[in-house]
Amino acid sequence: MPARGPAGDGGVRPTNGCKLVIEMRPVAVVGIGKTAFGAFADRDLRTLAVEAGEKCLRNAHAEPSQVESFYLGNFAGPSFVGQNHLAPYVSTALGITGVPSTRIEAACASSGSAFFHAWTEVAAGVYDLVMVVGVEKMTSQPTARVSQILAGAGDCSGEMKVGSTFASLFAMIARRHMYEFGTRKEHLSMVAVKNHAAGALNPDAHMRKVITLEQAMNAKPIAEPLNLYDCSLVSDGAAAVLLAPLERAREFTAKPVRVLGVAQCSDYVALDQKSGITTFPAVRRAAEQVYRMAGVTPREIEFAELHDCFTIAEIVATEDLGFVEKGQGGPYAFAGCTALRGERPVNTSGGLKSKGHPVGATGVAQICDLVLQIRGEAGERQIERHSLGLAENLGGSGATCVVTILGAA
Amino acid sequence: MRSGTVYTETVIWSAPEAFAADVPYQTAIVALDEGGRVTVRVLGHRVVIGDRVTEAEPRGDIPFFRKV
Repeated sequence: MPARGPAGDGGVRPTNGCKLVIEMRPVAVVGIGKTAFGAFADRDLRTLAVEAGEKCLRNAHAEPSQVESFYLGNFAGPSFVGQNHLAPYVSTALGITGVPSTRIEAACASSGSAFFHAWTEVAAGVYDLVMVVGVEKMTSQPTARVSQILAGAGDCSGEMKVGSTFASLFAMIARRHMYEFGTRKEHLSMVAVKNHAAGALNPDAHMRKVITLEQAMNAKPIAEPLNLYDCSLVSDGAAAVLLAPLERAREFTAKPVRVLGVAQCSDYVALDQKSGITTFPAVRRAAEQVYRMAGVTPREIEFAELHDCFTIAEIVATEDLGFVEKGQGGPYAFAGCTALRGERPVNTSGGLKSKGHPVGATGVAQICDLVLQIRGEAGERQIERHSLGLAENLGGSGATCVVTILGAA
Repeated sequence: MRSGTVYTETVIWSAPEAFAADVPYQTAIVALDEGGRVTVRVLGHRVVIGDRVTEAEPRGDIPFFRKV
């Protein structure tokens, strides 16, 4: 049997638009590792990344010398800490030498994208053991400088030159969502209340603080209608996963977690170039592909880690992923359906809102949090139905999206 | 001068360092009569979705619009 051939010859099409058709191998996550997320004045980018990577290797009972390819997800290390050539800068410190070591940058979806590319290598049979580390060190810069660096993930020739921030872009999405669907401020605030309630149970979360709806509604404005509690945190942190072919997974762990599907899609960088702003086409396309790969429907997804960079983003994601009808994301969250003990828990980790958002670490951290739930290792925030989880990692205002479905192997 | 309708808007209270002196200020995405959308700064009165706006004096390469 040929290993490759034109579409339709019995091979599995890996992602939309890929002309090379090969037999894709089932892939498993065999190790995870994370640092705590927070503001750590005494930690630098490399020590954070190395801590996550070493924890991951220990978790998989693997040695650095076994890693055959290394990916680093990182958004703006050169701007935040003045260091380029980051992938070998990190991998060699982990004792991983000689092998391909590649940095991926896709704004807030940097490590989601790195995970997608690592999965592709393992699934295609290029390598067996591939490590992905995501890291960002943000808190060494003042807030206004952080905003300026983050603005580089938008279109600097248009929307950003008028003084936009990422908060202002998502504020404009929120305004339009309110106008089109009647979404209310309290719907947004409830997302913050819910995610803080879950994050308070997460020992690694940046802000372990329960907040009330009244507090969430009345915080200081950032970009109207969004206030401080609608915004995710500026954090330091790192997360790592190790991927292997499913057939070899039990060499490394008694609890392998299978990658049932992963897809990455793209769209315009500028918000004003999109046909509409209350839905993200890249999320919808990635979701459609990943549901097809996994052979499941949105209704079957038991829990999810969604990219709540701003509260409105989680509401839009629940709609784009098909958990609810378009426009119903606000009432769905407000009714408690996505709470830790709700019908479909979203962000049991606390999300970017409470767990923290070290930009380049977020995509891989979401994968780690799904794995913890699926293994039944989520501690106080462990949920009852935890065998099928979805992660959605969004870059910028939707120019990159990676959606992943994991399940018990 | 270009004109159009406010598609969405926000008032920014926490700005990037290059714009910190302007806080608070309003930005909007305007659906232009000539077609397409553009992100602009709003001068003068605050605007809401659906308001008619027209381009004001350009300042540097930043498009400024004001309410009609």
